[in-house]
Amino acid sequence: MNRLALPAIVLALAVAGCGSDGQTSTEVVLVTHDSFAISKEVKQAFEQESGLTLRVLQGGDAAAVVNQALLTAGKPQGDVIFGIDDNLVSRVAEARLLDEHTPKAASELAPGYATVAGSLTPIDHGEVCLNYDRAWFREHGLAPPKTLDDLVDPAYRGLLVVENPATSSPGLAFLLATIARYGSEGWQGYWRELRENDVLAVDGWEEAYTQEFSGAAGSPGRRPIVVSYATSPAAEVIFAGKPLSKSPTAAIEDGCFRQVEYAGVLRGAPNGDGARKLVEFMLSERFQAAVPASMFVYPVRRDVPLPEEFTKHAIVPETPLSLRSDEIAAGRDGWVQEWTGIVVR
Amino acid sequence: MGAGVDRHRRALTTGALAAPALLFTAVFVAWPLVTILRRGLVVDGVLELPLDVVVSRTTGSILWFTFWQATVSTVATLLAGLPLAWALSRFSFRGRALLEALVLVPFVLPTLVVATAFAELLPPTLDHTVWAILLAHVFFNLAVVVRVVGSFWATLDARLWDASATLGAGPVRRFRTLTMPLLAPSLTAAGAIVFLFCFTSFGVILVLGGPSFSTLETEIYTQAVRFFDLRTASTLALVQLVAVSATVLVAGRLERRSAVRLSRRAPGRLPGGRTRIAVVMVAACSCAFVLLPPATLALRSLDSPTGFGLGNFTALARETPVLLVAPWHAIVNSLLYAAAATLVALAVGVPAAVAIARGSRLVDAAAMIPLGASAAMLGLGFVLAFASPPLELRGSRAIVPIAQALIAIPFVVRALVPTLRAADGRLREAAAVLGATPRQVLITIEVPLLARSLAVAAGTAFAIALGEFGATVFLARADSPTLPVAIFRFLGRPGAENAGAAAALAVVLMAVVLAVVLAGERGLDRRRV
Repeated sequence: MNRLALPAIVLALAVAGCGSDGQTSTEVVLVTHDSFAISKEVKQAFEQESGLTLRVLQGGDAAAVVNQALLTAGKPQGDVIFGIDDNLVSRVAEARLLDEHTPKAASELAPGYATVAGSLTPIDHGEVCLNYDRAWFREHGLAPPKTLDDLVDPAYRGLLVVENPATSSPGLAFLLATIARYGSEGWQGYWRELRENDVLAVDGWEEAYTQEFSGAAGSPGRRPIVVSYATSPAAEVIFAGKPLSKSPTAAIEDGCFRQVEYAGVLRGAPNGDGARKLVEFMLSERFQAAVPASMFVYPVRRDVPLPEEFTKHAIVPETPLSLRSDEIAAGRDGWVQEWTGIVVR
Repeated sequence: MGAGVDRHRRALTTGALAAPALLFTAVFVAWPLVTILRRGLVVDGVLELPLDVVVSRTTGSILWFTFWQATVSTVATLLAGLPLAWALSRFSFRGRALLEALVLVPFVLPTLVVATAFAELLPPTLDHTVWAILLAHVFFNLAVVVRVVGSFWATLDARLWDASATLGAGPVRRFRTLTMPLLAPSLTAAGAIVFLFCFTSFGVILVLGGPSFSTLETEIYTQAVRFFDLRTASTLALVQLVAVSATVLVAGRLERRSAVRLSRRAPGRLPGGRTRIAVVMVAACSCAFVLLPPATLALRSLDSPTGFGLGNFTALARETPVLLVAPWHAIVNSLLYAAAATLVALAVGVPAAVAIARGSRLVDAAAMIPLGASAAMLGLGFVLAFASPPLELRGSRAIVPIAQALIAIPFVVRALVPTLRAADGRLREAAAVLGATPRQVLITIEVPLLARSLAVAAGTAFAIALGEFGATVFLARADSPTLPVAIFRFLGRPGAENAGAAAALAVVLMAVVLAVVLAGERGLDRRRV
């Protein structure tokens, strides 16, 4: 029977490993998406200040993470969840996923940002914007598009690559942008025209940006317009590996869609005290100032200035498109299915 | 009476051999799956069978596409792999070991990375077509055919072919009446694995096919993660499970039907003339097919922001805002996790294979099901089942090799079973009559016969674990990323430095798998001498 011993040992090891790694009151666990990033310095600053160890659990993209949190509501995998965007706010509220908590620093929020339902604290905002390849348009003697309307102009035929809203978060944001612009009855016509104009839809941002978009460094792509973020041109400069005076890409101001990302204390968190400290910290000047460089999104505090690369190479759209989260909740699934019918099938 | 005791004792041994695989599948597949399916299908304590989803036209067309692309991919992979399996298993020539290791390279490469290479190599008209999907499936799965069929082929006695040639059978006739029937068990074993891989294909469909293609697995993901529709997702996962179980049953029956006597034999010297030309051509064509995408990657990895050279590689030692640790840590993590996963896969897979060869169909199903279970649902099931005691594994380091082993075990089993089954039963019986205990029979008779297949199984299990991404990205801790996870993080950021780091890490990943597999083969050869 000694063969039975092997899996038993594996299991025992697993459980033991868990015992030593498991949660204690000196640890706080942040449940978040794949795009979350924090620098060593900022992480250490939190750990020194709070006396807690920060552990990060990344479980896929924002939708996947919220999905997992919903499945384990009340018996969560961690203490704090970060990365809930406007698309997911209503799902979170319905499931009573979070404990009420409003950090003290909420009074420092810039105009237009507020806590939601007493439990969701805004941490950053990202802007999903069209990006274009400067060199391509220069070489082809064509003016880059300026508005969403321009994209259906035959002059821009076959130049745009977008993400599938059923599988990609920026893809969904861009679909919502067109709905915000053309209305719930008009957006279908716009997308039919985009399809006529040979738009390419792929499943994820990585494929769209690093494989199909001609402006990304090292990309074999052939299309000079892509749905990405307002900060992507700044990232091209920061990660260029050599000094660049100008970004090879640029964001288009029109048609940007704002996504606010929220954090909250998970109901049933093993370390509720630590959780509140962490949310408080995420709204501190220290964390907020580091948000652009680590995650390529913008801070929501009014008193935190943007790093120079961002003021120089990125844009902060003044009047981005947006939809209310209850409108999104009511329409989203139907819109995505309708979009699939128009663009893909 | 003595026979009765023997039979009883034999049943007990088979039971003991079967236990690890049954326990492993029960705990790490059945339990999480049942947990999540219950959440999706049981409403107020009543099991609802959503027939509307099962019979809907969308489900029908998705099931049909899933089925036919998997079938065509499997046939194409078998056809592409057979010549190479022949060349590698029957002849010894310079570079043979390297070529054998090279076919494993596609196995470890993340789909996204391969897709970039394909995009550069394929004409744009093939981009996002079913052809791109089929080609990618052949590319990724060639190793399964070459290694499973090849390791079996190497044990067949070459004198059979010589004899039939002497008796006047031409090459076509020899292939049809001798080679195919003899290889049938291993062809079925390899075919079953490739079919299951393609049937549950996810990354290739999304990345190379694009939004207009859906398989059951991509649809389950969309329904569960995007639309939070656990009911539809659970139903589709059940449909997939039924289809997969049927495949496993049919393949098991075919595989059992024929078993030939084996003898251990070293590959022959490469003869001259037409055979030599054929071997060289097969080797060259396969080499080109397997190597072109990695070669474009290697070329790209040398194109660093500071000019052509090793800049991207030296940058791996530096801290980056993209990861919590310097990228080179991922190499160490990957090696440790993959080594642990290989041990687990062998510990569970080898006894399971022996039990299957002795006729246990239950173990056969238990060992193969992990390949066919929906990865998306299994992932969610893990979250539900292991988030709280008694098995609170989420966040523990052990969960990573366990998940990797789940995918490697079916391969270990399939690589061993045809060889084991063909091992002469009379040897075993004779040993038993002479008083050997079942354990002595296993160690002195079965294990030596298995050495070659065992090495193949271990090497492939290691490669699978090294390249595993779907589960690892979700389970590995942020401070201990593996190579595929680190590549994914870099691909998720714009900028030349990040693209360069991703390409360099992909090259490192290929180098690691080549080095480990070659070292393993060398060790095996030395033991033989």
